[in-house]
Amino acid sequence: MSSFKFTPENEVKFQEYVSRYPLIDSVMLPALWLVQEQEAWVSPEAMVYVADKLGKTPIQVYEVATFYTMFNLKPIGKHHIELCKTLSCMLCGSRDIKKYIKESIGIEPGQTSEDGLFHLSEVECLGACGGAPMFALDGVYHEKLTTQKVDELIKECKK
Amino acid sequence: MITKIVSKNFDIPNSHKLEVALANGRYSSIDKLFSMAPDDVTAEVTASGLRGKGGGGAACGPKWELMPKNDPRPAYLIVNGDESEPGTFKDRQIFEYDPHLLIEGIICTCYAINAHHAYIYIRGEYKFFSDRLNEAIKEAYQAGIIGDKIMNKYDFKLDITVHRGGGAYICGEKSALIESLEGKRGHPRLKPHGKECEWFFDNPATVNNVETIASVPNIVENGAAGYTKYGTAKSPGTMLFAISGPVKNPGVYEMAYGNKMIDFLNILGGGMIEGKKLKAIIPGGSSCPILTAQEVEQAVLDYESMWDIGSTLGTGGMIVIDEDTSMVDVAKNLIEFYHHESCGQCTPCREGTGWIDKILEKILCGDGSSEDLNTILDVCSTMNGKTICVFAPAVKDIIESIVKKFPHEFKTYFKN
Repeated sequence: MSSFKFTPENEVKFQEYVSRYPLIDSVMLPALWLVQEQEAWVSPEAMVYVADKLGKTPIQVYEVATFYTMFNLKPIGKHHIELCKTLSCMLCGSRDIKKYIKESIGIEPGQTSEDGLFHLSEVECLGACGGAPMFALDGVYHEKLTTQKVDELIKECKK
Repeated sequence: MITKIVSKNFDIPNSHKLEVALANGRYSSIDKLFSMAPDDVTAEVTASGLRGKGGGGAACGPKWELMPKNDPRPAYLIVNGDESEPGTFKDRQIFEYDPHLLIEGIICTCYAINAHHAYIYIRGEYKFFSDRLNEAIKEAYQAGIIGDKIMNKYDFKLDITVHRGGGAYICGEKSALIESLEGKRGHPRLKPHGKECEWFFDNPATVNNVETIASVPNIVENGAAGYTKYGTAKSPGTMLFAISGPVKNPGVYEMAYGNKMIDFLNILGGGMIEGKKLKAIIPGGSSCPILTAQEVEQAVLDYESMWDIGSTLGTGGMIVIDEDTSMVDVAKNLIEFYHHESCGQCTPCREGTGWIDKILEKILCGDGSSEDLNTILDVCSTMNGKTICVFAPAVKDIIESIVKKFPHEFKTYFKN
């Protein structure tokens, strides 16, 4: 038996998803999202749980969870910074923002700060090219970034 | 220069709220819609020449005509909102500022193709936008606009479900998108020889881009002639063009097809930021062959004109590159993107993107030679037309065009 279980609220949401598709197979991504919202990452136990709910084998869930980059396969810092590195952002200074994050929080892409507060990921185009450079902080887009703006956002997270 | 059809309500405060949307003409096409036969709606869309806005530019009406008639299986509409092409950020404007226009377009399309459930596949990163869309759908259900009946009176059951992706560029490819919607990895499917509709769990389905669907209500309301009066004969209507990079006013602007690219850059884009000079533009998302500053002067923004000068219009999302930027840097940045996003199914793509990435790394480190440029072009030729989907040919298009148009820039990195 898996040690992971949906909260009652998420179980309701899961059942709602099941009712929206012709086959339960489609609930794979919605279920993984529910897991990640609940635990901030997708653990192997949770994958076994999802497999059981969907009538799949654990490997079928694993191959999906590892294919899509947004699922965290290990626990990450409390606040997730996803810095866009693709062309428009690069042309408008994303490298300076990366450097500034390194200077101010001391982390490089793929790292979590020592206090566990921040995790930095460098990601491909987030579809905010008109607001370059940008990052998503806990999923919320912050565009036209300056070092000052980054400072303010970091301070806000530390409160 | 701006012609607003899809973006008409974007500047209205709270345009995403149902009350505001209704007061500004949303759902006004529905009465006319239900006075028409479904096939007449399709015929009108075909006559309008509406083309898919997701990059390919295929005609929309003929795509709907591929749906099988009198098929006992349920039909589905799948709206492609996976917008992940670098330089493209137009569909999010519709999600953010006019989600009810999209819902209206879905009602029109579902009626035409006799689908009673529509899925909107939205990229996972667009959390804010999918939340906003879900709010709008909830409002529409509560007001009886969709659900068991349309607008509380028309006997047509319609459900709409938003499906969030998980961060995979390839899911913008329609068959990979359906695989993903079926709960699998986003691996594009082999295509049939003849033209046919898509299949969602073996049920007939149509996949259309968000902006395409959002263009439909205007065609229903004003007829094909109301659409063809804009644009060119072969590229009728309007498109949400985007511009990004070192320009004064980056953003999304709706224009009829047929405007000059240089005017778009200088007038709506505001021109280059102070002290920068134009070097090149990647015209329609990063997968289109690059245009030099000289070619930009000639470029006209419609499908045929762009093909004539050896590129494509794509999604209409232009990335502007200035004189101070190294084209090797640009190529490296883009190949990293494609290497990361290749689904890994076909060897030429999975390995080819990796090889080019490594060769460019080597050139940037100063260890390259002219031979390496030939190797890159060689790898490009092995990627073209030899894979399941058009991802690899798109990589070839952009990388080959950069190497061929700017070889001197690569050579400055060579030590020998």
